[in-house]
Amino acid sequence: MEFLQQAINGLSLGFVYALIAIGYTMVYGIIGLINFAHGDVFMVGAYFGFFAAVNLHLSFIPTLLIAMGGAALTGVIVEKVAYKPLRNSPKLSILITAIAMSVLLENLVRLKMTTDPQTYPENLLPQKVIHFLGLSIDNRQIIIILISIVLVIILQFIVFKTKTGKAMRAASFDKDAAALMGINVNSIISITFAIGSALAGAAGVLVGILYSSIDPYMGIMPGLKAFVAAVLGGIGIIPGALWGGLIMGLVETFSKVYISSSYSDAIAFSILIIILIVKPSGLLGKKTREKV
Amino acid sequence: MKMKKELRNTIILLTASIILFFILTYLMDTEILNRYYSRILVLICINVILAVSLNLIIGVTGQLTLGHAGFMSIGAYAAAMITIQLNVPFPIALLFGGILAGLIGFLIGLPTLSLKGDYLAITTLGFGEIIRVLITNIEQLGGGRGLSGIPPKTNFAWVFFIMVLTILIIYNIARSSQGRAMMSVREDEIAAEAMGINTTKYKIMAFVIGSFFAGIAGGLFSHYLMYIKPEQFGFLKSVDFVTYVVMGGMGSLTGSISSTVILTILPEGLRFLNDYRMIIYPLALIIIMRFRPQGLMGTKELSMRMFDKFSKGSDKDAAIKGK
Repeated sequence: MEFLQQAINGLSLGFVYALIAIGYTMVYGIIGLINFAHGDVFMVGAYFGFFAAVNLHLSFIPTLLIAMGGAALTGVIVEKVAYKPLRNSPKLSILITAIAMSVLLENLVRLKMTTDPQTYPENLLPQKVIHFLGLSIDNRQIIIILISIVLVIILQFIVFKTKTGKAMRAASFDKDAAALMGINVNSIISITFAIGSALAGAAGVLVGILYSSIDPYMGIMPGLKAFVAAVLGGIGIIPGALWGGLIMGLVETFSKVYISSSYSDAIAFSILIIILIVKPSGLLGKKTREKV
Repeated sequence: MKMKKELRNTIILLTASIILFFILTYLMDTEILNRYYSRILVLICINVILAVSLNLIIGVTGQLTLGHAGFMSIGAYAAAMITIQLNVPFPIALLFGGILAGLIGFLIGLPTLSLKGDYLAITTLGFGEIIRVLITNIEQLGGGRGLSGIPPKTNFAWVFFIMVLTILIIYNIARSSQGRAMMSVREDEIAAEAMGINTTKYKIMAFVIGSFFAGIAGGLFSHYLMYIKPEQFGFLKSVDFVTYVVMGGMGSLTGSISSTVILTILPEGLRFLNDYRMIIYPLALIIIMRFRPQGLMGTKELSMRMFDKFSKGSDKDAAIKGK
């Protein structure tokens, strides 16, 4: 029973990681950049949600939507201001810009909101414990899992059933050819950032509810773990990010329970090293050849 | 007979630094530079070691590492522990810290650097955080309270001459055939590989040497402050070092040194801006990357000849090197 209980905890955490990891993987898939600021977009989303719930007294769904919108806006601004002018620069310049953007976002929020953790409002999603087959399940965990599944389904719909999604897939396959076919690659890249950031913003609200406290540096560790999840599933592949996120959530929860809570971060990190040694292309990844 | 350029420059640098050392020691002995200033001087020297060694990884080889403070903390704790427990001579403690940092750098670099792509940045970022968490959780290292009671063995002479030695070693590496191989990795990894250069080997070599010197700097740091705690080696500290290197110019040692000196003194003078420091640094990085991606100095070195070029008003010959 203990095992099943922990599995549910792990799944709800895993879906949060998956939502963040999808943003990493989409951006990497389309411009080949590790967006270091993504973890901080997640944090900004959590603060937008906090603002909506505390200052505007909104209920859960509008809060979630405002957080997603705010995060999407942040993501697009970051892309337009920092990454777009460097599209043809060396990789190193873009990476340095990304890391600078991440530090900048953290410190802007720190200056605006103070470093102290803020408590997420309890009444946003009241806790009810459901007893089922001897398990006691927190309703918030179930809601988090359901919301994540809905968001992933919407994402799959956008990517595979709409014209925009088709353009996104084309641009990630070959940017030049896509541009020749009349696709506005710049706006497709912005849309990609917007969608990925919106999912991260949703994850921010969900984490705020799950752990009931947020701070300006909350994005670093989940961002890092979500990146590991994206690499684990195969970076650039959206379903890979989902599976990778779930695996990371389960591994972290079980290692916290059965090994040690203080070393769970180190374990997540060793997973990254092991994948890079054993199968750098990830679980769902295909071997690609380097082209000049 | 024309002397080899590297040898000549090495001798010039050595003589100049010895003169500089005596001037600074004289100023400190006569209390013209008080304890506060000499403390800043020592910190500048330690930061220069870190920036110059980071320049080998970022500037010369073109690999972004975000864990330099992590490697510094390994050296700091390792050297401090071995001094406290075994009371070994200071240079051995420093070497121990440096070698341990280099060894761990090798273990991290081997899987990440054999891949193409930017895995080093995120792995070292993760590593920097993990090492901080581990140190906080190990009681023997003082845990989150920090490690105190480290004997004060670092003085100005130690840091100054280790700094000069580091600059000389990195300068000569960057101009050796290995250094040219590292630069070729920076310019175009695929082309370098096609020319028969074992890119993985040179990337790892640069990374391990850089981490080694970060460890040495850590040892100097812990034996100077006598008290260290894990928060001193956080991720933002690594960003500081990256800022020093990027501002000065990637691949330019004199650039790194001058930007380190300026950026170490500046926050002391501008205390009131301290809250905004971590907003100004990233903004500066973004702006530099946007308008001058090679850094303020580029790969040029500050030298007398450069001023000749300025007075003649032609910048054309500055690119021609080795004459």
